[in-house]
Amino acid sequence: MEWQALWLSLRLSCWTTLILLAIGLPAAHWLTFSPRRWKFLVEAVVALPLVLPPTVLGFYILLAIGPHSPAGRLYATLTGGMLPFSFQGLLVASVLYSLPFAVQPFASGFAAVDGRLIEASWCLGVSRTATFFRVIAPLSIPSIVTGMILSFAHTLGEFGVVLMVGGNLAGITRTVSISIFDDVQSLNYAAAMHTSLALLGISFVVLAATYGLRRRVWAAWPMN
Amino acid sequence: MSVTRFTLCAAALLSAACSTPPSPLRIAAAADLRYALEDVVKTFHQQHGGVRIESTYGSSGMFYAQLVNHAPFDLYLSADVQYPRKLAEQGLTLPGSDFTYADGRIVLWTGNGSGVDVERLGMDALSLASVRHIAIANPAHAPYGRAAEAAIRSLGIYDAVKDKLVMGENISQTFQMAQSGAAEVGIVALSLAIAPGAAGQGHYWEVPRSAYPRIEQGGAILKWTKNPEAGQALRAFLLAPEGRAILKRYGFSGE
Repeated sequence: MEWQALWLSLRLSCWTTLILLAIGLPAAHWLTFSPRRWKFLVEAVVALPLVLPPTVLGFYILLAIGPHSPAGRLYATLTGGMLPFSFQGLLVASVLYSLPFAVQPFASGFAAVDGRLIEASWCLGVSRTATFFRVIAPLSIPSIVTGMILSFAHTLGEFGVVLMVGGNLAGITRTVSISIFDDVQSLNYAAAMHTSLALLGISFVVLAATYGLRRRVWAAWPMN
Repeated sequence: MSVTRFTLCAAALLSAACSTPPSPLRIAAAADLRYALEDVVKTFHQQHGGVRIESTYGSSGMFYAQLVNHAPFDLYLSADVQYPRKLAEQGLTLPGSDFTYADGRIVLWTGNGSGVDVERLGMDALSLASVRHIAIANPAHAPYGRAAEAAIRSLGIYDAVKDKLVMGENISQTFQMAQSGAAEVGIVALSLAIAPGAAGQGHYWEVPRSAYPRIEQGGAILKWTKNPEAGQALRAFLLAPEGRAILKRYGFSGE
């Protein structure tokens, strides 16, 4: 049983979800409310990780954050470290990989908010930022939660990208999906099954808890 | 005119349906064979003609798991001898058909931009401060990874460099880590370092064969093959001097 890998995956998923919340909300807000004609191009770019095979995406992320790229060199001068084969590198890759899973639900939630409420808020002199936090975001809570759950779950099960960017280092980049794959490759089917069952169990509990908390009326049976 | 054409078409369709083409020979081949096997198949075709050959490349362990579940391949060419032997023990191969066809060789490979002179330094390149990551295949299940680890250990520098090691799932992915420059040096298969796709991108230094145990590559013909003659013929071709010469040209050594 690979508790270390499981713990690493959970940490990676939590951090990815938090970062996606921080950058996904403004991105989705811009995509929903911007009057720019060319925003469909940005929408397409955000959705690209859905299309590319994960190992291909991972290979290009590796090139993009490696020591020969401007981004990689900038990171090296700023921190003295390197992104590939590090937890931070995995985080960058996971955020890119799960971007559409956060931004798309956020954006569709924002789009469903009644425009009259937003305009009423503006007319009452509330700033755009305050309107977002006091009107749009509260009315989009279910979509925001959905986006967060999807990002979390997608990162937890991430394989191809981690495979390319991570380098399979115990405790740093060996996530649970990599460790299960390793066990299968080494013909340790029993160990793979144990870890898979633990992953299934934890994922089910997390998802069930989140969906449960989203219910308006908490009850085991319908009350009416 | 249209009636004639219709009749002709119908006749063509019927004849195509009646004479079912011979089923192709399907090969499940280790990823390091990608270029070598294409050449082998081409030469084999020139001599034997006839049967169509379809190759699928991938990880030997993955194929093993699929073959245990009766994946519809005729011939299995693994990067290891253990997998075909295990299949034979379970009675999933034609009796006596498992064989060893080549030995893999490993090299230190570095991209042109890395500034590491592997050709001059050899294994000492691994200890350089500028080499921060060394990509190897995962020794837990990849034969090339086991060889790379053994080579590092045999030089007594394992403890000094073990924190630099990053692991790929298979040898081609390991090579990609080095190609991208994210790992300054990779310990990869010679067959990949000299492959057409990689030539000119970097330099390599061959690790002396005394530094690691043989990477025997074995194969077997599966029990459920519909094409045992073609399978046997290709197996014989791989073992004959001509087949061995091709494999050698692509960076494998045989006895």
